[in-house]
Amino acid sequence: MTSVSVAPPVTAARRGGASHPSGAARKRRTFVVALAFLAPALVLLGALVVYPIVFTLIRSFQDNSGAFVGGTNYLEMFTNQSTFTAIRNNVIWVVVAPIVCTVLGLIFAVLMDRIKWQTAFKLIVFMPMAISMLAAGVIFRTMFQQDPELGVVNAAITATQDAVGGTSAFPSAKARPDSGIAATPDGAIATEDAVDVGDSAIFPLTGIRAGDLPASATQVEDPSSAGNDEITGAVFSDVIRGGGGTPGVIEDGKFGLPGVTVQALSDTGTVLASAVTDDTGRFTLSGLDPGSYTLSLPASNFTAGATGIDWLGPQLITPVVILSYVWIWAGFAMIMIASGLSAIDRSLLEAARMDGANEWNVFRRITAPLLMPVLVVVFVTLIINVLKIFDLVYVIPPGASKPDANVIAVEMWTVSFGGGNDQGLGSALAILLLVLVLPSMIINVRRFRQDKNR
Amino acid sequence: MTSTGLTVVRGKRTVAQKILGFFGNSVVNIVLVIIALFWLIPSIGLFITSLRPIGQSTSSGWWTVFTAPMQLTLDNYLALLGNTAITGSLLNTVLIVVPTTLLVVVIGALAAHAFAWIDFPGRDWLLIAVIVLLAVPLQVALIPLARLFGALGIFGSIAGVVMFHVAFGLPFAIFLLRNFFTQVPAELLEASRLDGASEWRIFRQIIFPLGLPAIASLAIFQFLWTWNDLLVGLIFTNSDSRPITVAIQSQLRTFGANIDVLSAGAFLSMIVPLIVFFAFQRFFVQALMAGSSK
Repeated sequence: MTSVSVAPPVTAARRGGASHPSGAARKRRTFVVALAFLAPALVLLGALVVYPIVFTLIRSFQDNSGAFVGGTNYLEMFTNQSTFTAIRNNVIWVVVAPIVCTVLGLIFAVLMDRIKWQTAFKLIVFMPMAISMLAAGVIFRTMFQQDPELGVVNAAITATQDAVGGTSAFPSAKARPDSGIAATPDGAIATEDAVDVGDSAIFPLTGIRAGDLPASATQVEDPSSAGNDEITGAVFSDVIRGGGGTPGVIEDGKFGLPGVTVQALSDTGTVLASAVTDDTGRFTLSGLDPGSYTLSLPASNFTAGATGIDWLGPQLITPVVILSYVWIWAGFAMIMIASGLSAIDRSLLEAARMDGANEWNVFRRITAPLLMPVLVVVFVTLIINVLKIFDLVYVIPPGASKPDANVIAVEMWTVSFGGGNDQGLGSALAILLLVLVLPSMIINVRRFRQDKNR
Repeated sequence: MTSTGLTVVRGKRTVAQKILGFFGNSVVNIVLVIIALFWLIPSIGLFITSLRPIGQSTSSGWWTVFTAPMQLTLDNYLALLGNTAITGSLLNTVLIVVPTTLLVVVIGALAAHAFAWIDFPGRDWLLIAVIVLLAVPLQVALIPLARLFGALGIFGSIAGVVMFHVAFGLPFAIFLLRNFFTQVPAELLEASRLDGASEWRIFRQIIFPLGLPAIASLAIFQFLWTWNDLLVGLIFTNSDSRPITVAIQSQLRTFGANIDVLSAGAFLSMIVPLIVFFAFQRFFVQALMAGSSK
């Protein structure tokens, strides 16, 4: 093997060995010296890395009690719902996370070149690499809480929705007691008695926060008189700012609630007519047959907008956890790619530009090929890292969505240490991880040998 | 973006292109400011949350501190520092991280020296083996080592965790340091060898001092890596030997109600890595680049 090497020390030593008469003794001595330097590392690697691989491999063919069961564990891995989800999620991880990190890293590295505060930007994006995934997990779990009052992501989304769509939602609204309306068990607010067609009804509500009142809301007005197939009415905030006033009465200083849906319900609860209040809080339900109906403000008036997106629920949990990973590792890709970019000879790019190549062609024909080795390194490193992702998936999902967020490393921990107590299956999962990492190992070895032969 | 590059292009630039270039750059600036904010907000949010009383953290978001006057308090931190389980785990982290870093550096440097400068038979094969081990997921060692450490009586002790981290830190250490050590000029070593210097002396007097920047890089990297570990600590420690990450993790079951402990604890666990990172980020970057690109 030494013949492959072109490193100077090798040649030097070989030359020395040849010129000495006691070559064999010298070689033996060199070997002993080398062994002395290597011994601590070899002992530790052998006992704590290599031996465990062999042990785990054997263990993966045994059941929990240690009896040989052939490939049963491997079979179970793909048939058991929990492990199958873990494997499927791992595939999503390996496909999505390295690509997103590398692409973002590339974009950041290219753009960064054009600003004056490069160093600061680099530090900011790279900083998450220094903190533990546990801390990052706590951070993201806090950020993505569902309640818009607590989670910053949903807070931002609701704020944008309110600003853009102006959707009216009065999450904290309550019926004014003793005013003929009351909350129903399903969260709606309805009239206590049925209202006759041709009459009017009012909904004095309390507990509306000033921030929830849309800017378009104006002074509430008395309901217009109802036609013979109509019921009219008004929904308003039964509070005068600064105090005063009579509860349950439409008077100056009280605001109508716009955009509230009002429904006329039959005895059986069927919706027969529906209307939305205007800026003064008034509504008109029309097209009703003679009779009397219960008027209801359905629960959607009081919940829509208040419940944010369920980020940590079963459907979205994996994207959220991957996002937290990207937050951490995009900086790594950026730093690596930036150093790769700075190593590229600028005169090549200039020559191409002088020849009339546009920026896209310069990037595609020169920058990208020259950057390829770095991109491969980043990609391989990320894949090795993503395959065994544990901390983030262990920390971020709340109990209910843990099964849906599962990945191999977490499943391996669960079945072998976290209560599953099936070390045979655990070993098989560990071996699966090892097998998945094999291509990256081969790439690593290849790259190393190319470097040596260069 | 070099000045020569600009002059070359400028000759062809029309006024319209110049205007586009100017706005293009402002757009880049704005986009990067937004990205930087996205990257900063999570940590800032955690920090502010850790300074708010639990009553406020469970009823309103941390960003309300900007719109409504709120009392920020160090109570969460004082409570943590008065909690012996937390302070004990912080001490455990130090007791795990310091020996791990030292051992990885020393054992790794010795082996790297052999790989770089001693010509022994089978060297390249052994080095390839190390490169293969570089990517081994530590999951394959969890079950056997839990057994082995149990038999040795060090399961649940700091010694076991240290041994685990050292073993899995070594391939990277050897690889990184060997790459640096081979860059030392061969003449220096040959001269010493002719003077009859022993290999140990060459290592101590030439390689180790000249390799110090690389060794610093490795030390920083290993320090942060070990400090931030959760999985090994989770399995190989008990309530007396667990590191800070495991101690914080144990509070996760009741997330919302424990947000004061969690946020302050998480930030507390971040302080040392952040200081190390900002003080030595050059070395850290170097370790990452040398380790993966070479």
